[in-house]
Amino acid sequence: MTQEHRKEKKYGMVIDLDKCTGCGACMVACMAENNVPFKKDETDKLKSITWIRVYKLTNGKPYPNEEICYLPRPCMHCEGHNGHSPCVTVCPAIATDYDRETGIVSQIPTRCFGCRYCMGACPYHARYFNWWDPVWPEGMEKSLSPNVSVRMRGVVEKCTFCFHRYQLASEKAALDGRRELKEEEYQTSCTQACPAGAITFGDLLNKEHAVYHLKKDHRAFRLLERLGTNPKVYYLSSREWVRRSGDNYHPDEKTGEIISHH
Amino acid sequence: MKIDRRCFLSLGIGVAAGTALSPLPWKAMDDSSIWSQNWPWTPVPPDGEITYTDSTCTLCPGGCGITIRKIDHRVVKIEGRKDHPVNHGGICVLGLSGPQLLYGPTRVQSPMKKINGTFRKISWNQALAEITEKLTTLRAEGRSHTVAGIAGSSRGTVSGLLQRFLTAFGSSHFYSPSSMEDSFSQTHIQHQDKKTIPGYDLENSNYILSFGAGIIDGWGSPVRMIQANSAWKTKKIKLVQVEPMLSSTAAKSDQWLPSNPGTEAVLALGFAYVILRESLYDPKAIDDHSDGFKAWGAHILNNYHPDKVAEVTGIDSQTIITIGREFGRAGKPVAICGRGQGRTPVSVAEMNAVHALNVLVGNINKTGGVFTLPEPDYISWPEIVLDATADSGLRARPISMGGEWLHRFPNAVTGNEDGINFLFVANANPCYTLTDTKEAIKAFQKIPFKVSFSSYMDETAKLSDLILPNHTYLERYEDIPVASGLRNHLVGLIKPVVDPLFQTRHTGDVIITMAKSLKGSIEASFPWKDYSECLKTGLGRNWNAFTDKGYLELNYIPEFEEVPRFAFQVPSEIPQIPLEGDESKMGLILIPGDSLRLSSGDIGSPPFVMKTVPDTVLKNNDSLVQINPKTAEKLGLKKNGYAVLKTPRGEKKVKISLSQGIGENVISFPRGLGHTAYDDYLSGKGVNFNELIGPVEDPVSGLDVAWGIRASLTKA
Repeated sequence: MTQEHRKEKKYGMVIDLDKCTGCGACMVACMAENNVPFKKDETDKLKSITWIRVYKLTNGKPYPNEEICYLPRPCMHCEGHNGHSPCVTVCPAIATDYDRETGIVSQIPTRCFGCRYCMGACPYHARYFNWWDPVWPEGMEKSLSPNVSVRMRGVVEKCTFCFHRYQLASEKAALDGRRELKEEEYQTSCTQACPAGAITFGDLLNKEHAVYHLKKDHRAFRLLERLGTNPKVYYLSSREWVRRSGDNYHPDEKTGEIISHH
Repeated sequence: MKIDRRCFLSLGIGVAAGTALSPLPWKAMDDSSIWSQNWPWTPVPPDGEITYTDSTCTLCPGGCGITIRKIDHRVVKIEGRKDHPVNHGGICVLGLSGPQLLYGPTRVQSPMKKINGTFRKISWNQALAEITEKLTTLRAEGRSHTVAGIAGSSRGTVSGLLQRFLTAFGSSHFYSPSSMEDSFSQTHIQHQDKKTIPGYDLENSNYILSFGAGIIDGWGSPVRMIQANSAWKTKKIKLVQVEPMLSSTAAKSDQWLPSNPGTEAVLALGFAYVILRESLYDPKAIDDHSDGFKAWGAHILNNYHPDKVAEVTGIDSQTIITIGREFGRAGKPVAICGRGQGRTPVSVAEMNAVHALNVLVGNINKTGGVFTLPEPDYISWPEIVLDATADSGLRARPISMGGEWLHRFPNAVTGNEDGINFLFVANANPCYTLTDTKEAIKAFQKIPFKVSFSSYMDETAKLSDLILPNHTYLERYEDIPVASGLRNHLVGLIKPVVDPLFQTRHTGDVIITMAKSLKGSIEASFPWKDYSECLKTGLGRNWNAFTDKGYLELNYIPEFEEVPRFAFQVPSEIPQIPLEGDESKMGLILIPGDSLRLSSGDIGSPPFVMKTVPDTVLKNNDSLVQINPKTAEKLGLKKNGYAVLKTPRGEKKVKISLSQGIGENVISFPRGLGHTAYDDYLSGKGVNFNELIGPVEDPVSGLDVAWGIRASLTKA
């Protein structure tokens, strides 16, 4: 029997900021799905582990002209140029890697020895370090899922696009004798939970997936696109100031203007 | 062989080089890093069979369907139920955190009795025997009317059993919280004992005018509202938000009208003026659904000219005219109110002004409009049997249907010569949620014997004399009636997903057992073997459909009911509820800023929810108050600096957070912080808003309609 290669995929996300209400359901859906630990004080947000974090953007104008936009930020799963994501290129332990089959930037906690180069390299602050051992109050460890390993002190962790769900879906499909996953078979926890339906997830290369079309929306933009990180998370906003806050622009530059590096 | 210096050195170098070239150092380094990361206290969750069970969330009044994922017998995740008519797969932060409540450290694991100030474990038999003895004595002494009950809702079988127990026992002291639904009910002419509840067909409306309703901040059924909001965005339907601060709802609306706080009713009447003046109303519909239009219309035209309204509300007259026209011409517009999450009622005058807009454009009981629905009515139980003692007990105080407003409870304890001698609390946490909390707790502590049915060690349980812990919502059967502004009311079924973890008992069973042990007419009023039988027979023929689907849709057939009529009420001179406090001494207005990222009801926020709280709301253990930078400058307050927040009801130390989303002289922070009970993840964090505000009764309805309070901030 010959092994035919699966089609190359690029899983990505399109987040509609016009719909996002900042309710935080994506954050908790992620924590509950991925055994994310918590501490007694989570108000130091630099040390609070949230694989997806909802940021509050404002247009900076005084009352009553202030506007607010919420922006959920998972890992961008940067492709860079040809799989050279900023974090992958600096990892000395191959604890994080760019998977060419799915386009997902993996994170393997047991390989990580905590040098945190990747955290320095990531322009999105999407990576978090376990400064302490995770502690669950007695009995609450019962709520932990066996599908995602619990991380220990001294390692970096981040959003994996719920890769374990991809594995489970792939196994199931293989049992059914299928090679390709349907769009609804593999969805991240945050996408599923979002009450606003603001998050759409799927294969950016597959014309049958909603994200393929949504990423071409005229409202679409990516964060810090001009760094050349080539992220796989797209945002939609009908407000110009929101799209403009997605990158660092010189006052003379137009929003969305891309400088070619190569 | 002789080992000389040369030989020794070469051997040494050889060993060093050999070791360096071998994988040994690298292997050792690798092993040590693995070893250092594999401490036994890092849990390894055991694997097992994955199963899914459907149930209903009870953590807020929203009534979302949930799907619980289990690994063998462990609950590992709660997700939104995809085929549920309320939430269609969506879920909120609190619903997602359910497993942390089930397995959390705040569970009460067995009946507990307070002896000399500390709780001791006792057996169920002991606990129940003690209650029976106390109740029998009270009854024999003719003091049955001094036994009271507080429930988190006036609906459903468990609340019904408690109310039934009190009635059969001979007491009318049953209290439950009120909401904007009660305000709505009060604006309709109806037969006694009947309530009219609003059902908003928001999914089919084409223009939404909200007077402070936190549409995406937890108003109504929160997930349903967020989904409706997304649908409006897709269909380009306009949402106009009237609110004194830039809440999430205001931020996501198409037009925000930053009105002066407390002037919502006046603004609504300003829009009514435009609709009347330009004849955008529907005379036939007004005739069909309401009374008193003529006098009211004349009054509005004489007194609510947009220029005059602009002065009061701070919204310019051109905007009032534009929005009034848009509303009048939209076809299927809806006006809604109920500030923030709508759990605090609004005055009848305000509800009347806002709902008048719906009546004017004829959007009553029509697709895309407002439906006047009856109370969910689906439980059929036999008549209550009353003996002479019960009769005289009930005569001592008149019964009000559906019980009394909870905010009146403290007064029932202190302002009544008989007082309250015995109290049951079910699915409620009044020692946290009641406003003027300190006084409420004082009243609570005056009661000689208090019994809490709480599953968690909340503020009320902590102050009780006896705790009879209920199963959590993941361990029991119960019906959850859901109104919350839904177009069609439904009853959600909760069912046990796991076996009870601890020695807890269903509150329904406990009430039935108590009734049986009191014998006579009380026992006769509870003709069921246990709670399951009571629930099953109560639902009658609906039982099978209920358990098959996991919910029961209550389809309301208007032909069968007398449709309640709206009563246009000529507003008093200024339809505004005055704020408590002296303006000359307290120049600021404090209003709550409800958020979905904090649970402000009887359930305290679990650790995951606390993780989502922004550091502009809570930093370490300090609450931050949102204040306009201009106001802060005037008061000499700096960002992140400490200040003392004072209101007529209390004072607290807070931190300052500057915000351009709030007007001058208005300050705000959310409800849901400042718990003194629960675990270390919640307790002692921030300030409880309820402690700083007190009840203000609506002169018409008696509902607690406090929407803010005068306050002062001074540098600490």
